[in-house]
Amino acid sequence: MSTATIASQQDTPSLKARILGTPSVGPLLVLVGFCVIFALTNPRFLATQNISIILQQTVIIGTLAIGQTLVILTAGIDLAVGAICVLGTIVAGKLVNLGYDPVLSMGIAVLLCTGAGLAAGSLIAGLRLPPFIVTLGILGILTAALRLISEGGAFPVRDPFLAWTGNTMKVGGFVLTYGILIMLALYGFVWYLLNQTKWGRHVYAIGNNPEAARLVGIPVRRHLLSVYLLAGFIYGVAAWLALGRIPNADPNAMQTANLDSITAVVIGGTSLFGGRGGLIGTLIGALIVGVLRNGLTLAGIDPLWQDLVTGILVIIAVALDQMSRRRS
Amino acid sequence: MSADSLTRVAPDATSRVVLEARNVVKTYGHVTALDGVDFELRAGEILAVVGDNGAGKSTLIKALTGAVHPTSGEILLDGAPVHFKGPLDARHAGIETVYQDLAMAPALDIASNLFLGRELRCQGVLGSVFRRLDKKRMREEARRAMSELKFRLPSIGNAVEALSGGQRQGVAVARAALFARKLVIMDEPTAALGVRETGQVLELIRSIRERGLPVVLISHNMPNVFEIADRIHVMRLGRRAAVVTPQSHSMNDVVAIMTGAAAA
Ligand SMILES: Nc1ncnc2c1ncn2[C@@H]1O[C@H](COP(=O)(O)OP(=O)(O)OP(=O)(O)O)[C@@H](O)[C@H]1O
Ligand SMILES: [Mg+2]
Repeated sequence: MSTATIASQQDTPSLKARILGTPSVGPLLVLVGFCVIFALTNPRFLATQNISIILQQTVIIGTLAIGQTLVILTAGIDLAVGAICVLGTIVAGKLVNLGYDPVLSMGIAVLLCTGAGLAAGSLIAGLRLPPFIVTLGILGILTAALRLISEGGAFPVRDPFLAWTGNTMKVGGFVLTYGILIMLALYGFVWYLLNQTKWGRHVYAIGNNPEAARLVGIPVRRHLLSVYLLAGFIYGVAAWLALGRIPNADPNAMQTANLDSITAVVIGGTSLFGGRGGLIGTLIGALIVGVLRNGLTLAGIDPLWQDLVTGILVIIAVALDQMSRRRS
Repeated sequence: MSADSLTRVAPDATSRVVLEARNVVKTYGHVTALDGVDFELRAGEILAVVGDNGAGKSTLIKALTGAVHPTSGEILLDGAPVHFKGPLDARHAGIETVYQDLAMAPALDIASNLFLGRELRCQGVLGSVFRRLDKKRMREEARRAMSELKFRLPSIGNAVEALSGGQRQGVAVARAALFARKLVIMDEPTAALGVRETGQVLELIRSIRERGLPVVLISHNMPNVFEIADRIHVMRLGRRAAVVTPQSHSMNDVVAIMTGAAAA
């Protein structure tokens, strides 16, 4: 009995060690720090209404960043994030405007996004091409194709189902859109996959040491394929959330989504070299970007400063990651 | 040497053959890596495989574990012919290999690495429907395996990258010991280690033998080989030049056979 207690004390790190060892603690402190600064300088910052706005502004990048996290954890990178999401909005919008059933239209759009993820995954896992090049190629192809389909211009999409994710409900004084709830549900689901299942373990193992993963019998290529597939599906759901925010399908939209999602992931403490980090950090990273933009706007500061501050944060995050990797 | 090596029944020429290779040839283009090699691993023994660079040691091990396919020849496990398509087949058959580069995911903790690719799921719906990992049981099993092997580690929840070279090697060896049902193969397990850590790993190899599993040990380190091996398989030019024991031959004899300066 007593030996068992001693053993478990020794094997489970202390609470303090666990908190300090959790990679998302740093990002969380940054987030809290910004919140405190903005709250002190502007009382409106903490108003429930403003917090709702921040969350709504975070929804799309926050959701896209889930897929981006999965890809980066495998030591890949996804530059087609925004383009695949726009594919979703344009396809769903076109079909609905042609008179098709909205649920069916959105379903087809999500399926196509999943297919785009699958295509990226096949090229990366099957032909062993570098993710950077493959997703850059898909970005180019999709951007051109979508402009052709939509004859270059944006078009309005008016459909209650497609706009549903923008509808709101009140939760204890906070006005939340269904889109926010869907995003949080996706975070919960993928967090569970990453942290509580074999599938997630293997994502980390592949990002950490693909050769070791192969030797212990993990089907590395099939696993990579499933990662890009799931990421594509998530970008498809993000398309629905985007239509809920702005009822407009625009082939030129989301041009900064790639870098924004990578920024959220990196600020959240996930390593660009793969195998380290996690989803909680990404959510915090996405919120940091959202809070910065909102807080600076409230303070009447030129939005250019936001890019400057995020740029600095990204460099700090990457430098910290590099330092911790070099130490070990 | 500890007392248990005295009480242990020493394997001899009458022990059962666990893994056997007969006349195995492996050619790469016109390079002959294995030139009709025979091999025999007996129950309960530590068999060292020694030989000069390029003698074919690694190729032999790869042929035995399905990592390469022999051009011709036969491999038998417990007397029955086997045809492994890949390393995974050999693992399913109960053969565990400790690779020279260890095959670990450094950022994952010790327990995760021990169970990498063979994770345990929770019982009941949590496991079957929700596919939930049983992290607690894996930690317990990992702890049990390490204490059974008498290998001391800081904490089973530590990342592998936080361990010393010897400790990492210990985890890799423990993983093989934990899952092997037939035998364990190790390629140069002490190559990069200091004296003390080498001692720890040799101790681990002995505890695997004590658990009744035979071990194949590739090594260039003659003192290690003579300290731990029951028999020594000497490779030369893709063939088995001799099988000797530390009692019957000296290190100089073995080196002479390896280099062709003396016949067996
Ligand atoms: N994939 C390969 N392609 C071509 N030749 C190979 C290949 N693998 C091994 N060989 C050749 O087969 C021979 C035996 O190689 P092997 O790696 O088995 O030797 P070894 O005894 O393990 O040597 P070392 O002590 O250097 O590890 C060498 O001449 C080597 O060049
Ligand atoms: Mg070799």
